[in-house]
Amino acid sequence: MTGPAASPTPPAIVPDAGAVAKAMRSFIADVGPTAALAMESCVHCGRCAEACQFYVQTGDPRYTPIHKIAPFKQAYSREIGPFAFAYKAFGLAPDVTAAELGNWQELLYDSCNMCGRCSLICPMGIDIADLVEQARHGMFDAGLAPADYLGALAEKEHATGSPFGLSTNQFRDMLHEIGSKHGVVMHVDEARADIVPTVSSIDLKTYPGSMAAIAKILNHMGASWTFRTDGFDADNVSLTAGDRMGQEAVTRGIVEAALACGAKTVVMPECGHSFTEMRWEAANTFGRELPFRVLQITELLAEGLNDGRIRVNKVAESATYHDACQLSRRGGATAAPRIILNALGVDLHEMEDAGETNWCCGGGGGVALIKRAQPLRDKAFEIKRRQVEATGVATVYTSCSGCRQTLDHGGKATNWNKTVASLLELVADNLKD
Amino acid sequence: MTLLEFARGPALQVSVLIMIAGIFWRLAGILLLRRRPQLAAPRISPIGQIGGGLSTIMSRFVPRRTFWPRIAVSVVLSAVFHFGLAIILLAGAPHILLIHQLTGFTWPNLPKGLIVIVSGMTLAALIALLIRRVGHPVLRLLSTTDDYLSWLLVFLPVLTGILLSGEALAEYGTLLALHILSVELMMIWLPFGKLMHSALVFAGRGVMGANFARKGAAT
Repeated sequence: MTGPAASPTPPAIVPDAGAVAKAMRSFIADVGPTAALAMESCVHCGRCAEACQFYVQTGDPRYTPIHKIAPFKQAYSREIGPFAFAYKAFGLAPDVTAAELGNWQELLYDSCNMCGRCSLICPMGIDIADLVEQARHGMFDAGLAPADYLGALAEKEHATGSPFGLSTNQFRDMLHEIGSKHGVVMHVDEARADIVPTVSSIDLKTYPGSMAAIAKILNHMGASWTFRTDGFDADNVSLTAGDRMGQEAVTRGIVEAALACGAKTVVMPECGHSFTEMRWEAANTFGRELPFRVLQITELLAEGLNDGRIRVNKVAESATYHDACQLSRRGGATAAPRIILNALGVDLHEMEDAGETNWCCGGGGGVALIKRAQPLRDKAFEIKRRQVEATGVATVYTSCSGCRQTLDHGGKATNWNKTVASLLELVADNLKD
Repeated sequence: MTLLEFARGPALQVSVLIMIAGIFWRLAGILLLRRRPQLAAPRISPIGQIGGGLSTIMSRFVPRRTFWPRIAVSVVLSAVFHFGLAIILLAGAPHILLIHQLTGFTWPNLPKGLIVIVSGMTLAALIALLIRRVGHPVLRLLSTTDDYLSWLLVFLPVLTGILLSGEALAEYGTLLALHILSVELMMIWLPFGKLMHSALVFAGRGVMGANFARKGAAT
């Protein structure tokens, strides 16, 4: 513990009883043997708190990861657990009250990155991050997701496929504009293509150069590729909001666009949660294995560097690399960025805990989208800032726009003298002619 | 019927029955829930996934190095009392004799003095864990009646076992009866509370390990 409980507590919302019942029904509908096993196994050892940046940085016990699903575990025990009849008969697990659930909004959204570090420390093997995702389904269905989500991003994404409500025409215009500005040939809405890259809404809004970078690299590879305006924004804010319908809508748009042009590979952008969704969840949503490969951009780059389709100049630079939790710890793509950095000749100074046990940037799991969570997010960022400082390098590369943005914001708030940059753009800037 | 006869007779039969039926009921309640198939193309073969599950069952006994500074007290205390229980149960002469009578298998026992020392360490670790549970803000927040009841039902057999070995406070027959009854109480509660983790821990680690190995992710 580093100090007293000093975390800001947003005013609790008080849902009506109907919303509470809906949240619980929705959560319970998701519970299968794996989630049940997880909830039944907990021995209340509290170790998960020690892996959570929000607890570690504030000392507030409410941020203990397994505590964040407490009302939902209570509902599980009462409704479908093996001894549900006894829980009901003897009143051992009372109904979750509206006030209780209202208090949990902050715990499930503001103070959980779904980074899964707690899942690595748990001696019982409980994937708490997965349970939080299920609990968010319940919260969203009951209308209890934070207003930043409900009022803006997720609702727009659900309706349009883009959290910023970007239309296909706007996206097409944007791509051509980026192509002209960067002198890159853009392939857009071609009828047939082997590779379909997708983008992150953060790239669209903040880092448009990344779209030029992917185009430049795919052209360099001589690949048959196209952006598809009928399925382009992979960000999937809906996933972190807990909106299953929106999540499915985004995924379906991309899958159908890829199928329409006969894609063999769909490339996910520099974005963590979008990779989790498309690589590991989309097939379940569709009810069958996807007929194309799903690669995160670093995996495509590593593959291209390994087989010689991508040729790069060496970079005389020392840098560190920030792992996005969903790509490394939870996605299995830890090696790819290191292959890329090695091919570029970057003198890599790894941070403490680099790779599978890395700390989240502080903004994962949609926390970056919640305005009121900023003070808490800044505390979480402090861990990363210290770790980067310890490497002694000036540049941090990452392969997630969400992390990049959070690190950028955190850096600005603390007058940080480090540069946060995209690994994709580093490769694009150093292609051999 | 003496207390010892009761402990060795009907109490034993009932407690074993409740424990076995309860374990089956709880496992069935978990395993019979609707399973959602995982359809994404795995990074490794089914054999590799099983390997991931099995290796996670073992690897979670020892936390990753980076976590140690923050959880060392919890890990060491838990290890002392878990290993202590295992040593008492598997290397104490009376327990080996009981296992021999039930199964026909036998093996050498550790000296009684050593078992008493291990029992003392186990008891001390249990007391330290209880103090920690009451005093640590996180543990206090998480704790339920089950945590304290389960603690008591593990504590009592160790305590009565120590008293029995020294034949202290009461005559041998009474102490033996109390020891057996305390174990039976623990057996009765096992399927209903956190003591069930003695079985679920392997399933939980195995399932998570296989799922994460499937993704090529950290297990």
